[in-house]
Amino acid sequence: MKGTPQHVIIAGGGVAGIEAAGTLADLGYRVTLVEKGDEPGGHILQWHALFPDRRPAGEVKSYLRKRIEHRNINIITRTTVEKIRHHGGGVAVNLSGGTEEKADAVIVATGFELFDARRKEEYGYGIYDNVITSAELEEMFNRNRIVKADGTVPSRIGLIHCVGSRDEKVNNNHCSKVCCVTAVKQAIEIRKMLPSCEVFCFYMDMRMYGPYYEELYREAQEFHNVNFIRGKVSEASVNINNRLVIKVEDTLAGRPLRMELDIMVLMVGMEMAGSGMKLAEASGMKRGINRFLETTDHHYGNNLSSIKGVFYAGTCTAPMNITDTISHARAAVAETVRYLNGK
Amino acid sequence: MSIDQANKFGFTINRSRLIDYDASDRKVRDYITAREPSFRLCFACGGCTAACTAGHHTTFNLRRMNTYIRRGEIDPLREEVTRCMLCGKCLLVCPRGVNTRNVVAVAAEAIRKLDRNEL
Amino acid sequence: MNSDLFVIPFNLGLYFILIYSVVRSTIWFRNLSRPDKLRLQRGFFGKPFMDSLKEIFMESLLHRKIFRKNPVLGYMHMSLAFGWFLLIVFGTIEADFFGEKHLNPPSHAIFFRWFNPDHGTEGLAKLYGFWMDLILAFILSGLLLAMVKRFIPGMMGMKKTTKHTWTDRIALISLWLIFPSRLMAESFTCGAHGSGSFLTGTLGSALASFLPAAEIAPFFWWLYSLSLGTFFFLLPVSRYFHIPVELLLIFMRNSGITTGDRHSSYTEVQTHACSSCGVCISVCQMSYAAGINDIQSAYLVKGLRNDRDIAAITANCLMCGRCEEVCPVGIELGPMRLIERRQGEREDRRLRFTERYELTRRRSTIEKEPTQSYGYLTREEPEHAEVLFFAGCMTHLTPSVIVAMKKIMESAGVRYRFMDEKGGVCCGRPLMLAGRDKEARELINHNSDIIWKSGARILVTSCPICYKVFRESYYLEAQVMHHSEFINLLIEEGSLRLGYLHRRVVYHDPCELGRGSGIYDEPRAVISYVAELQSAVQEGSMSLCCGGSLGNLTLSSGKRAVIAADAARTLTIASPDELITACPLCKKTFAQATETKVSDIAELVAAALPKQVASRSKKRPARHPAKASGNG
Repeated sequence: MKGTPQHVIIAGGGVAGIEAAGTLADLGYRVTLVEKGDEPGGHILQWHALFPDRRPAGEVKSYLRKRIEHRNINIITRTTVEKIRHHGGGVAVNLSGGTEEKADAVIVATGFELFDARRKEEYGYGIYDNVITSAELEEMFNRNRIVKADGTVPSRIGLIHCVGSRDEKVNNNHCSKVCCVTAVKQAIEIRKMLPSCEVFCFYMDMRMYGPYYEELYREAQEFHNVNFIRGKVSEASVNINNRLVIKVEDTLAGRPLRMELDIMVLMVGMEMAGSGMKLAEASGMKRGINRFLETTDHHYGNNLSSIKGVFYAGTCTAPMNITDTISHARAAVAETVRYLNGK
Repeated sequence: MSIDQANKFGFTINRSRLIDYDASDRKVRDYITAREPSFRLCFACGGCTAACTAGHHTTFNLRRMNTYIRRGEIDPLREEVTRCMLCGKCLLVCPRGVNTRNVVAVAAEAIRKLDRNEL
Repeated sequence: MNSDLFVIPFNLGLYFILIYSVVRSTIWFRNLSRPDKLRLQRGFFGKPFMDSLKEIFMESLLHRKIFRKNPVLGYMHMSLAFGWFLLIVFGTIEADFFGEKHLNPPSHAIFFRWFNPDHGTEGLAKLYGFWMDLILAFILSGLLLAMVKRFIPGMMGMKKTTKHTWTDRIALISLWLIFPSRLMAESFTCGAHGSGSFLTGTLGSALASFLPAAEIAPFFWWLYSLSLGTFFFLLPVSRYFHIPVELLLIFMRNSGITTGDRHSSYTEVQTHACSSCGVCISVCQMSYAAGINDIQSAYLVKGLRNDRDIAAITANCLMCGRCEEVCPVGIELGPMRLIERRQGEREDRRLRFTERYELTRRRSTIEKEPTQSYGYLTREEPEHAEVLFFAGCMTHLTPSVIVAMKKIMESAGVRYRFMDEKGGVCCGRPLMLAGRDKEARELINHNSDIIWKSGARILVTSCPICYKVFRESYYLEAQVMHHSEFINLLIEEGSLRLGYLHRRVVYHDPCELGRGSGIYDEPRAVISYVAELQSAVQEGSMSLCCGGSLGNLTLSSGKRAVIAADAARTLTIASPDELITACPLCKKTFAQATETKVSDIAELVAAALPKQVASRSKKRPARHPAKASGNG
């Protein structure tokens, strides 16, 4: 590359944004990474271990940290990209706080938000003490302590799949893809930490689509005695002993089943991030039926937006695991470079 | 020789054990699908049955009923449809937006018509 | 004088409709139940009769209710009805006063000008002629509006007009012809004789100046008589039959007759009293929010009148009751629809006789058809309770309501039992809404048994659907209260200490609680006690349906969502902090349809409970009888 390096702005400093920034910087481009939180990293920062091999999340976190230690990368934190518009031959973005930044291209990597479990009122999140989300369970793993709200050790934990996914009642018809394998991973971790605690997964379908996922499912049954019940939990209540009581149909037995639980973990799904939706609204970026950003073609144009000079990376387009997010970010860089070279 | 005895010797198959799809009567299914198209959306999660007010007291299972209808198994249906209280709780639970109350109502209607030879 | 044979069509029509009315009324009367017959007989010699006369004047002639809703539409109806009435009354007086003899046949009053072409050129007669012309002008102005409404409904603030049958069309044409033909007939006669007032006289002399008025006049008198005669003949088979039937309906209603739960003379009278005005269509959310335009009450009634297969219409209704609220004739549309649901299948009248016979024969061979039955329910032995709390099926899907109610009752020191804590039996109302009263009765008996055995004095429920059926169809000693009423009672008697929340909220009246049971004030009193209550665009008796109603069996979830979104938008137009409702079904439906926080009234009150007080209040001595302790 000759002359001053071309400049790319990346909206969102999660896994996709970081990988895209690092790759672009390696290729000699100047990158501005805009992150709304205190530091780049995204959702993985809260995670303890990753599926399918339960490796410490720290390993991937440190990979990502190193990825953006580069003189070509300028990081702006506590800031969001509010609007993208055309400016001269390139693009300009409006940042929160009123400043403006110009660039040759933008990669949108605004990511996802976890489903707000309070929207599924019948599960009692925010109403009953011992109903928690999968993210909160992960924080318990971080603290190496799984306890009920009153500090006692649970003897039975239920993991409820598909909370906020595949559910017309919360306007989400999509599958979030990662929850099934996350549940199996977390079930195993609970069993390892609390060998006397029974663990039940309540699933509608087990979607073990990735390499080593099905093996993990087998491992959970073979070595960790995790129980799987096929049925969607309809509601939860508490009994006189302040224990949770759930109702579900054991669809394989063909009969309704009632079970007491100490802790109920809601495997919350992925939704388009609110900040990304605002950005899309302001910049005229199209969104699909599940509110994620719509790409020009879901086979061969899945990093392309309908706006010139704007590219998409990661879970702002669809639910993805970390592996796919990193691949998707690299592909976004390839598309960006192809565009910049043609300018 | 009764069917049970016959089974002991293993040289006959109890017909009722088998869903003979080609011999089954799917008029009821077609009738229901035409009148309540959302019937097709069921993915058998069992949420309806978990929530079911009647199912708490008796063997009423809407998810299973759905499957029976799809397979053309009408006989188990006959008793089943009469047990629903139409309370509508399942309607609020169904993740696929199946109009469950109407499925029951139309199923009862279909059986009535089947018996009258009007289907 | 020319031949007056032209009066024959009018006379035939008039005597036909008079005789028909008498015969029809007699049949209706004979088919009434004994109590209703007595009611009607008593009413005839008492206050109801006077009330009816007043109501007939205010509603059937002046159309006060339509006037209030829509002044232009009101004027249209008033000018036609009241104008025609005036024309008949003053025409009769005119004929009696100015005619050759007294007690003339009706045709002499109606065709007065024909028989007295030179009348009204001076003095009092001239003044009277002016008055008669004024009335005719009044009617014609309304007719003009009616034509505008027919061809451009939007101009009258109406969204839809009902579709007409062919008899309706001919009746409509003859009705529309009556007054213009009278105008032309009178004008030509006046023009030929140099009489008439500002309308007929002016038009007549203008026409006579270039036309042979005397020769043309009989043509229009024939047209006038024919249109009147045709209209009278078609009256019983057209929608205009509502005009005479409405008078009967008013009298029956004022005598205390109600719709009840099966078809009767009264439902038939109501069916024929519908004017197909279409007001029910314009307020129907199924129409304006979901774009479904063939199931509204006007169509139901029309289907009943014409004996059509209306099963699809009958089932597809939210039963929200908004149409009944605005019906200018006061038809009990909800009960009428329920009767039809109970009735089940109804053969289309258009079936050939042989087809019907075949159908009946085939059906009679079926011994037993599957019907709902709940013999599997076992009797329960409940513990004794002063206050019994019945959450309801749906409320189990909104645990925040249950948790809030528990907190409130504990804070107020109420000793209660939670009747359906582990899941109960449906109240029966959903079955009734589906037209299955007999089956509902089984559930009602089951629950009644538990409530009686508990010895409860108050039965509190969180679900307006249960509330309505507990109040109306259960025979109970316990006082039935919706939780909003119960909370209001606790506040009023001072057993509930609450803080004030600095929130602006809007309240949604659930259909079954508001219009269904008349509970509007208590929830508002409770909300105003703990927060700032904004008023909604459509509230009280015209409150919207959330779209989740169990009243509708066939509506798809997609259409429900559209109705819910529309209703939520209307409710939150003043951007409140929270949308408050008092029904678990409304809560669930709205939660999916709006970004605004949706809460039940119990949650709002629980949020206003001071935390420390909640534990202390338990020790306070109970003041309310409902909370009397075991030794009291």
